[in-house]
Amino acid sequence: MNLRGRWRKFLNAFMLGLTALFAVATVSVLFFILGYLVYHGGKNVNLDFFTRLPAPVGEAGGGMANAIVGTAKLLFVALVIGAPVGIFSGVYLSEFGGKVSSFAVRYTADLLNGVPSIVIGIFAYAVIVLRARHFSTLAGGFALGVMMIPIIVRSTEEFLKAVPRPLREGAMALGASKWRTVLTVVVPAAGSGIITGVMLALARIAGETAPLLFTAFSNRYWSPGFNQPIASLPVMIYTYAIGPYRDWHEQAWTAGLVLLGLVFVLNVATRLVFARKMAAFR
Amino acid sequence: MPARANVVELVPSPRPLRILWNRLRRGDEIAHVVTLVFASVVLGITALLVYQLWIQSALSRQKFGWAFFASRVWDPVAGQFGALPFLYGTLLTSAIALLLAVPMGLGTAIFLSEFPLARLSAAFAFLVDLLAAVPSVIYGLLGIFVLAPWLRVSVEPALRSCLGFLPLFRGPAFGVGFLAAGLILAIMVVPFIVSVSREVLISVPREQREAALALGATRWEMISKVVVPFAKTGIIGSIFLALARALGETMAVTMVIGNDPKISASLFAPGYSIAAVIANEFTEATGNLYLSALIELGLVLFLVTFALNGLARLLVLATAQRGGIQG
Amino acid sequence: MRSKGFTRGSAALCILLVGMCLVSCSHNAATTSGSQTVLINGAGSTFGYPIYSRWADDFHKLHPNVEINYQSVGSGAGIRQLLAGTVDFGASDAPMTDAELAQSKSPVLHFPTVLGAVVPTYNIPGITAELKFTPQALAGIFLGKITKWNDPAIARTNSGLKLPSATIVVIHRSDGSGTSFIWTDYLSKVSPDWKNKVGSGTSVNWPVGLGGKGSEGVTGLIQQTPNSIGYVELTYAIQNHILFGAVQNSSGEFVKASLESVPAAAASAAHSMPKDFRVSITNPSGKDAYPIASFTWLLVPAMIPDAAKRDDIKTFLHWMLTEGQNDAESLAYAKLPSNVSAKEDATISEIH
Repeated sequence: MNLRGRWRKFLNAFMLGLTALFAVATVSVLFFILGYLVYHGGKNVNLDFFTRLPAPVGEAGGGMANAIVGTAKLLFVALVIGAPVGIFSGVYLSEFGGKVSSFAVRYTADLLNGVPSIVIGIFAYAVIVLRARHFSTLAGGFALGVMMIPIIVRSTEEFLKAVPRPLREGAMALGASKWRTVLTVVVPAAGSGIITGVMLALARIAGETAPLLFTAFSNRYWSPGFNQPIASLPVMIYTYAIGPYRDWHEQAWTAGLVLLGLVFVLNVATRLVFARKMAAFR
Repeated sequence: MPARANVVELVPSPRPLRILWNRLRRGDEIAHVVTLVFASVVLGITALLVYQLWIQSALSRQKFGWAFFASRVWDPVAGQFGALPFLYGTLLTSAIALLLAVPMGLGTAIFLSEFPLARLSAAFAFLVDLLAAVPSVIYGLLGIFVLAPWLRVSVEPALRSCLGFLPLFRGPAFGVGFLAAGLILAIMVVPFIVSVSREVLISVPREQREAALALGATRWEMISKVVVPFAKTGIIGSIFLALARALGETMAVTMVIGNDPKISASLFAPGYSIAAVIANEFTEATGNLYLSALIELGLVLFLVTFALNGLARLLVLATAQRGGIQG
Repeated sequence: MRSKGFTRGSAALCILLVGMCLVSCSHNAATTSGSQTVLINGAGSTFGYPIYSRWADDFHKLHPNVEINYQSVGSGAGIRQLLAGTVDFGASDAPMTDAELAQSKSPVLHFPTVLGAVVPTYNIPGITAELKFTPQALAGIFLGKITKWNDPAIARTNSGLKLPSATIVVIHRSDGSGTSFIWTDYLSKVSPDWKNKVGSGTSVNWPVGLGGKGSEGVTGLIQQTPNSIGYVELTYAIQNHILFGAVQNSSGEFVKASLESVPAAAASAAHSMPKDFRVSITNPSGKDAYPIASFTWLLVPAMIPDAAKRDDIKTFLHWMLTEGQNDAESLAYAKLPSNVSAKEDATISEIH
C-alpha cells in the first residue's frame, strides 16, 4: 500500500475514534447529570410528593401534586397552540412556499428562537395578562407555545424536505393531487422526524421558568379551569432552590427528577404510539 | 374518487369531469391557503413581539440614542444605562458554547448514526433528547456546585500554566465567569445538535453511502465527503437552533457567569449577558427608565440574532452546492 | 393510503387530549362545588416569603374557603403588579417611593409585618470565629478600597484572630432585591463615599465583586470561594447555620443580629413612626440595636371593590397583627413592637 493509502487508513481510524470519543464524552456528561439528579432527587420521591399539596413553611413533607398537574396543563395548552402552527408552517415552507415568503418565515422563526425566554414572558404578560388583569394558565401556555413554534417549524421543514423525491413522484404518478400527496405520503414519511421535533420542543419548554413567572404566576392550591394562576414544576424548583431551607432544596431536586420523568414518559408514549407508522417508512 | 390516468385533455371535456378537475385543484389551493395562514401567524407573532419591545423601550431609546450601544456603564441608581458589557458577554459565551458543542455534538451524531449498535445508539439518542428537558435552574445549580469549583480548582489553573501567555487565560480563577457560562451553555445545546443531526444523517439514502464505498472511499471519507455534505442543511439548522438557545439562555447563565457588568479579555473573569441581566433585574426594576432600558436590551438581543442569522444565511448561500436534500 | 399506525396514533392522541380536558374540568367542578372559595393573589418580597406562606396556610386552616396565594417574585415586581392591578396585594422590603405612590389609581396602605436583618457572611479558611466589622470596614470592602483581609481596618477590631493576607472576594446579589436595598441603604448612611459613588437601591452599580442570584446563589458562591464576603438575610443565615459577623452600631457597640438586637433597632423608630409606616431603621440609635435591620411591608390598596376579598383581607391583616406574630420567631423573624402593631390595627379600618 502506498503512502497515500496508509494516510487515508490512518485518518479513517483516527477520525472514527475521535467521534467515538466525543460520543462517549457526551454520553458520560449526560449520565453524570442524570445520576446527580437521580441521587439528589431520588431521596424524596414518595407517594406524598405526587398526591399532596406543598406543606406549610417550616414543616417537612408535603408534595407538589398541584405543580405536576399544572405542568401537564400548561404543556397541553402550549402543544395546542404551538404544534399546529409549527407543523403547518413547516409544511408551508417545505411544500407550498415561494422563495421570498419562505425566506421570510424561516428567518422569522429563527429570530423567534433566539428571543430570551424572559422576553417572551414579558411579551405574553403585556398582551394577555395586562389586558385580562389577572394571571392565568392560558397566558402561561401561550408563552410556552410561542417558544415551541420555531423549533417545530425548523425540524418539520427539514424532515419533510428529507423525504426522498421518488416517494412523492410515485404518489403523483398514481394521480394524487399535491395536497393528498403531502397529507398521506410525505407527512407520514417524515413522521418520526416531526415527532422528534415536537418532542424536542416540548422537552425544551417543560423546563422553562422565566416565561411562567409573569403569566401563569404560581399557586399554592389547585387551579381549576384555565383562567387562574397555576403552579408548575419549573417555578416550584426555582422558588425552592433559591429558598433558605434544606428541605426545600431537596424537594427542588426531586421536582427536577419528576419533571424529567414526565418528559421521559411523554417521549416513550409518543414513540410507542407512532411506532408502527415510523417503522413502515424506514 | 377514481384515480385519473390521463390528465391532459385534447378534446373539450364533458361537464362532470371538468367539475371534478376543478375540485381537485381547489383542494391544493385550500391546502396552500391553510398552511399560509399558519405561516403568517409566525410572522404576526414576531411582528407583535418586536412592536411591544419597541414601544416599551421608548423612554430609554429617546434618552440614550445610539450611545446605548457604546456605553459600559450600568447604574440603576444614577439612571445611566449602557449595553456594551452585556453584548460582549452574550456573544462571548455563545461563541464558547458553539466552539465546544458543535464538534462534540456532530461527532456524537456521526458516531450514533454510523454505528447503530442495535438498540444502544437509539437508547443513547433518546437519553440525549431527555437532556433538553432538564430545567435550566438545575443546570444552574449543577454549575454552582459542581462545574465552578472544578474549574476553579483544576481546569483554570491548568489552563493558566499551559496557555497563560494568551490574554484569554490570565487573571484570578473564581470558577464562575465566562468560561463556566460557556461550558454550561455547551452542555445545554449539545442535545439539539445531536438529536437533529442524527436524524438527518440517518435519512441520507443508502445508495449515496454505498456509492461512495463502492468507489473505494474509506468509512471516514464516505462520511466527510458524502454523508455530511448531503445532510448539510439539516446540520446547519441544528446549529442555528443551538445558537439561538445559547443566545437566549437565562437561568443557568445567570448562576455561573458572575454577574459583573465588566468587559474583560480573560475567560476566567466574571461577566454578564443580556438575558441574565434582564432575568435578574426585571422583577425588581422600579422606575420607568430602568424598565425601558432592560427592554431595550431585549431589543438589542433581537437585533443581534437578526444580524447573526443574516450572516449565517449568507454563509450558507455562498457555500451552496448541488446535490444534497432538495425541497 | 393511510397506514394503520397513523390512525391508531391519532386516535390515541385524541383520547389523551380529551382525557386531559376531562381532568381539568373535573377539578373545576370539585373545587368549586363547596362554599365560595375566595382566591387572593399577592406578590412581592422573597425575604418575607417564608412567613407569608406560613401565615397563608395557618389562616387557611382557620378559614378554609380563603386561599391566599403569595408568590415571591421580588419587591419591585410586587409593586408593579399591584400598580397594574393583577394582584390583590403586594409585599416589599422597601417602602414605595412617592413617585410610585403617585402612579397608583387609589391610595396604597403600608402594613409592616415583621422585622428582618441583613448580616455579613464570610468564608476565610482557618477562621471559625465571628468577626467584628466597623461601618468603615464594610464600606471600604464593598467599595473595593480595602482589598486584603489583614488590612488594619479589619484587623484592628479582630485582634485575637490571625487574618490572612489574602485578597478579599466580594460577593453581592445580582438580582434586584430588598436585601440589597437594606444593605446599600445602611452603607449610604454610614459612608458618604458610598452614597456619592453608588447610592442605595434594589439594584446598584457595584464597584467590585461577583454577583450571586438569590440568597442561595450568594451563599453557594461564598461557600465555594475562599476569602470571600457577602451579605444575606438573618433568617437565611440561621436556617442554614451560616457563620456571620457582628457589626458596630452607632453607639459603638459590636452587635450580632439576633431576635433581641433586631427589635431593639425598631424600638427607637416605633415612637416616631410616621402615619403611613414608611420608615427606614438602618443605623438607628440605641445601645443594643443591630444597625442593619428593616421592616418589611404588605402593600394593600385602600379601595377594594370585591366585598368578599375586602373582608377576608381585613380579617387576615387583623389576625396577622395579633396571633400571626407568634409564628415569627420560630421562623427567625423578629416580631413587630407592640405599639406599632396596635397602630396598624387601627389603620385596617381605612380599607373600604
